[in-house]
Amino acid sequence: MTAPVVATGLGVVAPNGLGAEAFWENVLAGKTGIDRISRFDPAGYDVTLAGEIKDFDASDYIPGALIARTDRMTHFALAATEMALADACARPADFPEYEMAVVTANSAGGTEFGQRELEKLQMHGPQHVGAYMSIAWFYAANTGQISIKQKMRGPCVMISAEQAGGLDTIGHARRIIRGGALLAVSGGTDAPFSPAGLIAQMTTRRLSTGTDPLTAYRPFSTHPGGYVPGEGGAMIILEDAANARERGARQAYGVIAGYAATFDPPPGSPRPPGLRRAIELALQDAGIAAADVDAVLADGHAVPELDRREAEAIAAVFGPLGVPVSVPKTLNGRMYSGGSSLDAVTALLMLRDQVIPPTVGSSDVSAECPVDLVGDQARAARIRHVVVLSRGYGGLSRDYSCFNTAVVISAVS
Amino acid sequence: MVAPGEPGARPFWAAMTAGKPATGPITLFDASRFRCRIAAESRFDPVTAGLTPQQIRRTDRAGQFAIAATAEALADAGLSPGDLPPERTGVSIGNAIGNTMLMEQEYAAGSDGGRLWLCDQNYGVPHAYCSMVSSSIAVEVAWASQAEGPATVVSTGCTSGLDAVGHASQLICEGSADVVITGATEAPVTPITVACFDALKATSVRNDDPAGACKPFDLHRDGLVLGEGAAVFVLEEESHARSRGARIRAIIAGYASRANAYHMTGLQPEGRELAEAIRRALGNARVDPSEIDYVSAHGSGTRQNDRHETAALKASLGHHAYRAPASSIKSMIGHSLGGIGAIEIAACVFALEDQVVPPTANLETRDPECDLDYVPGDARQVPVNTVLNVGSGFGGFQTAIVLLSSRRSR
Repeated sequence: MTAPVVATGLGVVAPNGLGAEAFWENVLAGKTGIDRISRFDPAGYDVTLAGEIKDFDASDYIPGALIARTDRMTHFALAATEMALADACARPADFPEYEMAVVTANSAGGTEFGQRELEKLQMHGPQHVGAYMSIAWFYAANTGQISIKQKMRGPCVMISAEQAGGLDTIGHARRIIRGGALLAVSGGTDAPFSPAGLIAQMTTRRLSTGTDPLTAYRPFSTHPGGYVPGEGGAMIILEDAANARERGARQAYGVIAGYAATFDPPPGSPRPPGLRRAIELALQDAGIAAADVDAVLADGHAVPELDRREAEAIAAVFGPLGVPVSVPKTLNGRMYSGGSSLDAVTALLMLRDQVIPPTVGSSDVSAECPVDLVGDQARAARIRHVVVLSRGYGGLSRDYSCFNTAVVISAVS
Repeated sequence: MVAPGEPGARPFWAAMTAGKPATGPITLFDASRFRCRIAAESRFDPVTAGLTPQQIRRTDRAGQFAIAATAEALADAGLSPGDLPPERTGVSIGNAIGNTMLMEQEYAAGSDGGRLWLCDQNYGVPHAYCSMVSSSIAVEVAWASQAEGPATVVSTGCTSGLDAVGHASQLICEGSADVVITGATEAPVTPITVACFDALKATSVRNDDPAGACKPFDLHRDGLVLGEGAAVFVLEEESHARSRGARIRAIIAGYASRANAYHMTGLQPEGRELAEAIRRALGNARVDPSEIDYVSAHGSGTRQNDRHETAALKASLGHHAYRAPASSIKSMIGHSLGGIGAIEIAACVFALEDQVVPPTANLETRDPECDLDYVPGDARQVPVNTVLNVGSGFGGFQTAIVLLSSRRSR
């Protein structure tokens, strides 16, 4: 039997709340973080809504010099890490340096920083590209900066599977802890809102062109209309359960009980998609039956074919309307790799407070999606096991998401 | 494999054992305004490599390398499409900077050459988002190998190639997959990346002597030379490979990574964390330092790296560090960032099979601080049964991987 891995600290940077408690309070109250894009004028774009983080001041968490050298995705990652470590009452100096790991995900790298430097290159020439582009834009920047700031010298890695990568960090961090590390910072952040970033996302034809923040993103509804993009993310402190107990960790929100990742066959293949298998493998890994699961946090693309397939997979495992399903990300937009790790935070808070958060905006569930969707109001429930799902974009087709990740998060027994 | 020079695994190894640098003037774009105007480019042509027009249209050069290398690896493993059980086949591909060439092109169109901060949405082409996310490379490899198990891109800057293969071996050891298509790819010879390295002054400025520019461990080394390429492996659980009668080319015996938590680009001279990664990887492989027959060194040719690495080898291998030949093939094929780790693993596999270690080219004047046996000049015939491959990179990542010959009984 492998030793359990528990979550002891949460750090959240979300459009509707900074810090896990503010975020959670607003989620339960149905308060949205979605609004008209303000970082630039979106008038010329079909997509005008986004979940932007407006009350975030990087200097609250990071020295000024470091702010200038890093992209917004890194500001979020460093801030969320500070919050999560504080929540866990874990001081890196108290841990052996090689037994602390950092596993992060992001989808598109340092988008805004990258656009600025590409602009300099194209308008003014190579000698105008700054030295920090090389370390600010690349995908492993967040992992490296967290490792440096927190003096964590264990296995450090960045995982990329688009949206699903945020959940994969949790599975990989658990793997590293089982391999001997005592603590891991795991999670994702994304900051995809520069104009170039937005138009690239729009090419997937999955983004909502709605203008009402409360109804623009409606997964599983009769008229889904695409998703609203968001920025931000979450970091979770995972620890070896025995060591967490021994050091007197303030709390253990839950156990990372099951994890599995699968990949879909190419578009047009007669073979079945892999989400159902990911759920089944994660349940098997957790050693529980489908009937033991009390709630599912769905991926919820709000793209008709993707919603239908996800509902089918959930129904195949849990039975039609067999388990309460929620998509709390309608309040923040899809935050790419940050969104799936934020869903893991949500699952951990669900276990603590025994409540399923609402899916604001999706009241009219499509007949093609046989899911018991928790509507506009939070639902109290007995919760021991939550399944979190995420899928990552594959390209080629609006209807093709190929990375499937399922995590089972369970109450500490 | 797609390495600088002629694509394909055999041509790569022939060039390495001949000690032949593939570094030359940059031809992939007009580099006349750049500080560094040299790189090690591959003579890769996607059409010749057998890619379909649709594959070519939707992918960056890095993705194209990966598709070609995957096809070659599957054929080399004696596998036809459909031979592998899709659900038990995973993908773990290393890459540091994604699809930068395509991303730059899409950005140029959308911004009208940088003039528009508010890029024009009418110029967002269908594959623009794929050019921004590195995960699209794992998608291409999964499609090319019909894999439906766990799939990911592993990104740890310049050690990505080693970490991706390490991750693949973890997936197999824990039972998440029987087979993992693994390796790494990178195509960094693009204006933005060359400009970044110019800004850091990390690249060599021996523009007049491209073949002699990358001088790992030499007193007169003045920086790295960018390279490009991909190497892909079919990694299998041992009994799975044996039961299908596969030719086992090498065994991944140990892997460990550590971070220096010091600086995104700087290294401390002692090489403490790299030494720790090496010790852990050897422990993992149950290999004594004295058993190491060859070290595939990181040897990027920057002043700080080569000193850092030399110290780490001494700290972890003890006196044996002076005996084990340690060479850097970056002297010939440059530094392909996230791709190079996998390309070096391929060199290690060939070294184990052929009992030959490739040389460090361009090593003429000894640096007193770099006093190990770096195999200067010519390849060397020696018994090679146990190999250590090390990497170090931006972000502070330090990785070591141990390979064994399939002849070596464990």
